[in-house]
Amino acid sequence: MTEIPKEEFILKCTSACAGCPSTLILRYVLKAAGSDTVLVVPACCTSVIQGIYPNTAVNVPLYNVAFAAAAACASGMSEAFQKAGKKTNVIVYAGDGGTVDIGIQALSGAFERETDFLYICYDNEAYGNTGMQRSGSTPIGARTTTTPGGKVHAKKDLDAIVAAHNPSYLATACAAYPQDLFKKVQKALTLRGSKFIHVLAPCPPGWRFSSEMTVEMGKLAVRSGLWILYESEFGKVTINGPSKAAMIKPVPIEDYLSVQGRFKGIDRKAIDALKSQAEQRAKHLQKEAEGIC
Amino acid sequence: MSTRPAISRPIKGASGKTGSWRVFKPVVDKERCNACGICAMFCPDAAISEDLVVDLDFCKGCGICAHECPKKAISMEREEK
Repeated sequence: MTEIPKEEFILKCTSACAGCPSTLILRYVLKAAGSDTVLVVPACCTSVIQGIYPNTAVNVPLYNVAFAAAAACASGMSEAFQKAGKKTNVIVYAGDGGTVDIGIQALSGAFERETDFLYICYDNEAYGNTGMQRSGSTPIGARTTTTPGGKVHAKKDLDAIVAAHNPSYLATACAAYPQDLFKKVQKALTLRGSKFIHVLAPCPPGWRFSSEMTVEMGKLAVRSGLWILYESEFGKVTINGPSKAAMIKPVPIEDYLSVQGRFKGIDRKAIDALKSQAEQRAKHLQKEAEGIC
Repeated sequence: MSTRPAISRPIKGASGKTGSWRVFKPVVDKERCNACGICAMFCPDAAISEDLVVDLDFCKGCGICAHECPKKAISMEREEK
């Protein structure tokens, strides 16, 4: 087991909701990155939970930027640091709205230019900051304030979109596996070029479960096979331990859905769609890991 | 007209004492605790120190520590008013 530094870069305490996975993820991201780091945060929960002006709880330089501009801003920063001969880590920490919907053109541009930076998307599968509106990342069947009858469209496959840019590193992680996340951030920062980590963030008020279940919910997402932990280094895919185990013996998908208020009253068709999507994704990744496609 | 850049400085307690949000507080049973540190690892606000003492000034009472404790050494007790 890698030794995780004791130093905290999130001072006590942010104004995040009780049981918020975003601060949990950010804690480990910053532990892995260290003090020589600049965070770029577009509009998302993290831009409001930092504290009340003129104070902030984040003990590294952090730049709050417009919703669509995070990756573009980070491109400029990374270039400037390179010209100045500095090795400062530039990390974008964006929610799913700022990545999947609004920020995707800047993200695509930065990856196309092979900007030397790390993009982390923490995905709570809706616009949590403004009161849980549906985003492109919301899974099928989930109720949000703008899809009260359950979403009818499938979740956008962000990883495949990013993978199409041939990044030097692409990984998925989950708030329930902080050690795995720590290792992935550390590895990403040793590589040059554009790196991407997609982290699942189970959101207690948004997904409508009680706050102590955050970690449990992340584990259930991985164990049911709906969220697959893998990493891809220069296109070589490795599926991580917890997901390998889940592919052999998954827990029923209903165990994950029934504990969340947002899936209350979900119909059979939507469950089957979720299931078949997960299976397809797993099969595809297994083939990629074996080097078949 | 000069404009001042909006720069925030890092400080402890930037969001106030969030411990006042709490409805249930975690109570550690030292007899059962084997000091594995899993509670501190999963605490979203790093309110549990290295010596596994909960900082009640900032603990929001989410209960993740109690739920994840493998020894069930942490119980959530209602806050007295």
